Amino acid sequence: MSATFHGRPVLAGELSGEALVTRHPFNTLASFIKCLTTGARKAVCSDQDNPDLYGKVLTGAVLCLPQTIGSTAAGLILETAVHKGVAPAAMLFSESVDTLAASGAILADVWVGRRIVLVDRLGPEFLDAVQDGRRVGVRADGTVTVA
Amino acid sequence: MRGSATGTPDAEALELTPDERAVLAGERGEVLRRAMASVVRYGETFDARRLVAIEGAPHLVTSFGTGTMKPFFAMLDELIAAGARSERPFTVNPRPVDRASVRYGLADRVALRLLYGEQKRYERQLAALGLRDGDAFTCTCYLPEIGNTPARDAVLAWSESSAVVFANSALGARTNRNAAGIDLLCNVLGEAPEFGLLTDGGRRATWLVDVRTQALPEAQLLGSAVGQRVVDGVPYITGLDRWLGPAGDDATVAYLKDMGAAAASNGAVGLFHVEGVTPEARDAGRELLADGASRYVTDDGELERVLRAYPVVWARPDAAPELCFIGCPHLTSGQLAGWTERALDALLDAGRPRLAVETYLCAAPQVQAAFRSGHGATHAAAVRAGLRFTSLCPLMFMSNPLARRRAVVTTSAKLRTYTTARYFRDADVLPVLVSGTVEAAPS
Repeated sequence: MSATFHGRPVLAGELSGEALVTRHPFNTLASFIKCLTTGARKAVCSDQDNPDLYGKVLTGAVLCLPQTIGSTAAGLILETAVHKGVAPAAMLFSESVDTLAASGAILADVWVGRRIVLVDRLGPEFLDAVQDGRRVGVRADGTVTVA
Repeated sequence: MRGSATGTPDAEALELTPDERAVLAGERGEVLRRAMASVVRYGETFDARRLVAIEGAPHLVTSFGTGTMKPFFAMLDELIAAGARSERPFTVNPRPVDRASVRYGLADRVALRLLYGEQKRYERQLAALGLRDGDAFTCTCYLPEIGNTPARDAVLAWSESSAVVFANSALGARTNRNAAGIDLLCNVLGEAPEFGLLTDGGRRATWLVDVRTQALPEAQLLGSAVGQRVVDGVPYITGLDRWLGPAGDDATVAYLKDMGAAAASNGAVGLFHVEGVTPEARDAGRELLADGASRYVTDDGELERVLRAYPVVWARPDAAPELCFIGCPHLTSGQLAGWTERALDALLDAGRPRLAVETYLCAAPQVQAAFRSGHGATHAAAVRAGLRFTSLCPLMFMSNPLARRRAVVTTSAKLRTYTTARYFRDADVLPVLVSGTVEAAPS
């Protein structure tokens, strides 16, 4: 049974893809640092404190998460990941985006001309409904459908 | 997908002055237009109502010239070509490499050259954009020896999560947790969007953290526990004033620095208040608590649980430790003297002349210089005992893929979070360093 949620489109876009879900806060720097210092062609989550994602491929995923945490190099790390084509296709937050992930996505949009779709404030019910591998559709107005 | 001209959040909410609108319209050139567009969209995302003037010198997180950061270097080139520059000279995080003080093998040197091959180019860019001087590389810019110490209530646009949380909490300055890139753009424009920790409302405490330990808890573990629990909240911490003095003395500065760094990296804490210690808590007390603030009680058992939950991610968990980094964030002068004396005492007690593990104490160049001049004999004895002093960033050292294969120990919860380094409490690490085995640490 599909479920629909309405969030705030921080960086709007339309896409659909497979969900990759974490119920732990997403540490942006810890998750991408290994990929971006080894030149890997796919980003494999290197955050040892996140049992939901550690060792999983982030590239191209529709990442479903509560919120982002961690240190301030995260903005640059996310911008670089978008530029290299190893970022998730979208980040869908049940709570609010933090200043770091928002900045990284904005910098990529303004200075690189590449966009990662960000929708936040989807509510805790969103993370209750979505699981790894479920098909998720995103609309430009922030509507998210979990198939 | 190409970016749109404006951000999706409510573009009407942020009111710009005629001058700011002119910049956003491109009347001062395309590069400043994009700088302003980035900062405005950042502000809109967090419901800022206006931009406000920055009142203190910047501190920037990005100190590393990694080749993968092509869009960042391109942005800096464009800013420099457009004549943009920070109005005030800035400090920046520690360098990733310290060839004068750190022993590198041939393979390490090759790997570091590949990883940080753009370092010289990047430092030239920093100089063109307003870097204070060649010794302005530390994450503890606010210490008196370095002197980038903001005034109470000064509006800033800082990055480096440990410096942000210290400036807000221990000094009472006002900065959001700005990302690398946005930090520089705000300071080039001289303005930051007013939201979050720049506002009185955003500085109210959303959590009451009640510390019920039997003694002053390990700063790194308490910070880690607080960060994991309150995530991006503002904690008001009670119980620490039994042991901590006013926020200005070296021991308290060191404690708040280390606790804040752990809370900022294990969560997203940008400000904490400590009852009876930090300036806003001394002035307003529990009036800082927001209505409906959550409550978190922590004790020795809880901190032990946090410690035990840290995963050991060494390639071989039973390996003998090869390297130790102490000082992430960089050490204060009091910490430098304390670690040196304790290490020498531990060697004396064990009847050994040198540490068994290659150990680096990390501190700002100015702090090291002050220590050498004030404690010359101790410094010389420490060097003979195998202690090494460096101003590098241990996190950047550990980003070298070869370093990940080595058995590295640390007393930093932040370094543990981002690397394969294994955490030990301050008191537990010395037996490891003296003996060369992790089994020597008290269980």
